[in-house]
Amino acid sequence: MNYNWNWGVFFQETPDGGTFYWEMLVSGLGWTLAVSVVAWLIAMTVGAVVGTMRTLDGKAPVLFGHAWVELFRNIPLLVQMFLWYFVIPEFVPPLKHWMVNTEPVFAQFLSAVLCLGLFTSARIAEQVRAGIQSLPRGQRLAGSALGLTTWQSYRHVLLPMAFRIIIPPLTSETMNLIKNSSIALTIGLAELTFRARELGEYTFSFFEAFTAATLVYVVIAMSANRVMAHVERRVAVPGLIAAGGGGH
Amino acid sequence: MHRYTRLAAAVIISGVMAAPALAQELTGTLRKIRDTGSITIGHREASIPFSYLDDKQQPIGYAMDLCMKVVDAVKAELKMPNLKVALQAVTSANRIPLLQNGTIDLECGSTTNSVERQKTVAFGPTYFVINVTAAAKKSSGMKSLTDLGGKTISTTSGTTAVPLLKKYERTANIDVKEIYGKDHAESMQLLATDRVAAFVMDDILLAGQIANQPNPGDYVIFPESLRTEPYSMMLRREDPQFKSLVDRTMAAVYKSGEINKIYAKWFTSPIPPRNVNLNFQMTPAIMEAFKNPNDRGVQ
Repeated sequence: MNYNWNWGVFFQETPDGGTFYWEMLVSGLGWTLAVSVVAWLIAMTVGAVVGTMRTLDGKAPVLFGHAWVELFRNIPLLVQMFLWYFVIPEFVPPLKHWMVNTEPVFAQFLSAVLCLGLFTSARIAEQVRAGIQSLPRGQRLAGSALGLTTWQSYRHVLLPMAFRIIIPPLTSETMNLIKNSSIALTIGLAELTFRARELGEYTFSFFEAFTAATLVYVVIAMSANRVMAHVERRVAVPGLIAAGGGGH
Repeated sequence: MHRYTRLAAAVIISGVMAAPALAQELTGTLRKIRDTGSITIGHREASIPFSYLDDKQQPIGYAMDLCMKVVDAVKAELKMPNLKVALQAVTSANRIPLLQNGTIDLECGSTTNSVERQKTVAFGPTYFVINVTAAAKKSSGMKSLTDLGGKTISTTSGTTAVPLLKKYERTANIDVKEIYGKDHAESMQLLATDRVAAFVMDDILLAGQIANQPNPGDYVIFPESLRTEPYSMMLRREDPQFKSLVDRTMAAVYKSGEINKIYAKWFTSPIPPRNVNLNFQMTPAIMEAFKNPNDRGVQ
């Protein structure tokens, strides 16, 4: 009952004809990257805004930020994906009309990036808030003393420092986002994991298919990690974090 | 007279042949079952009415009933009345690897016996024959597969329906857009909420999904067939002793007519958990499979 590895499977033709299994995996990789990049942009933008709101003085923005984070963080990602794709269109007739009439893949892509982007935005918001709150209170006061508006102190004093501090957890979030994109297979988006399953189902070479998919995920996640590490070094201000710590 | 001599000779010869066969060293799955004292049945969780979980989370179904006949035969053959029967849930994606690596010994579900799969696994005699076709809402006015041109349909990923539909599109020269549900319930959901015009799948699975809808009368299953496929229980390849036991057991069930009772229990009577009747009469292809038991796979 030993397993016979069959690595040649990637160079076999698919049942649809004309393409090879490795091409199928590459097209899956394309969707994984597309979903990850767009969802990451949404997550960073929304996360920065919501995280900042949670540190403002007003009651309303703090409450809104709090509700946002709890809403998206407390519902399992799998359930959220289902809600975005199957349930929400039932309540928004124009959206459903569009989803029925457009190419199916656009509807899946939109649902996937919204779901992943907003889910991850809640997590990034928490890190942005933590980053801002880790700064000495004196910085905010110094900003006001200099006559900066709230917007200006955030833009020129607090956020640049907070973002530098939270680059390591943001790296983790980025890597998580890439791996979470595989959940999009549950709404039929033909991304990398979907393709690996399909390859396995057609050829019964499940172990080969998932070994390949695993390696590709490792490579993408590691690349994201390296890019973020590079960014961290590039934007580092010598002595900043040490100085920030010394201010306490 | 001559005929009787021959018959007598055949009886004597088979008797002589059978005696050493019993004393033969056990190999393959039967040996594994004897050595471990247990047999593991792979079952599905939602392949209604073949193999699925009831409201007490116990696997039941048509295929489970037939597999239990095999289990009884194993107990008798190995003289192990207290053989432990373990149940292991499998999915369409992991059923073949789990069979190959020895986690399960016999898979009882809704698995298509195909020539391609026979390169990897073996099958028992066909116990059901399905047609791959489409279901749509009656209100759509669609009646045949060619009506699907230009429409969006749903199908379940990882099933044989996917490549079949692609092939049909090419030969019928129509363009169909597919959405993949991760399971049959989700593909049905897409049809029920009008996200797609039709759901392409095995007719019996369509009947099962439709029976569980609030208004089963709203749906129609097309009479055409993209292809017929035999369903059977799956076992490991190159395992002649176990294979022969499975074949003999099933042939006996078919020949004695016991199969008619088992079929009626699952396909034309109300079944748990919701007492829905699938009302799926035996098709000529199924009757033929019971009359002439065989394990021929589909191309």
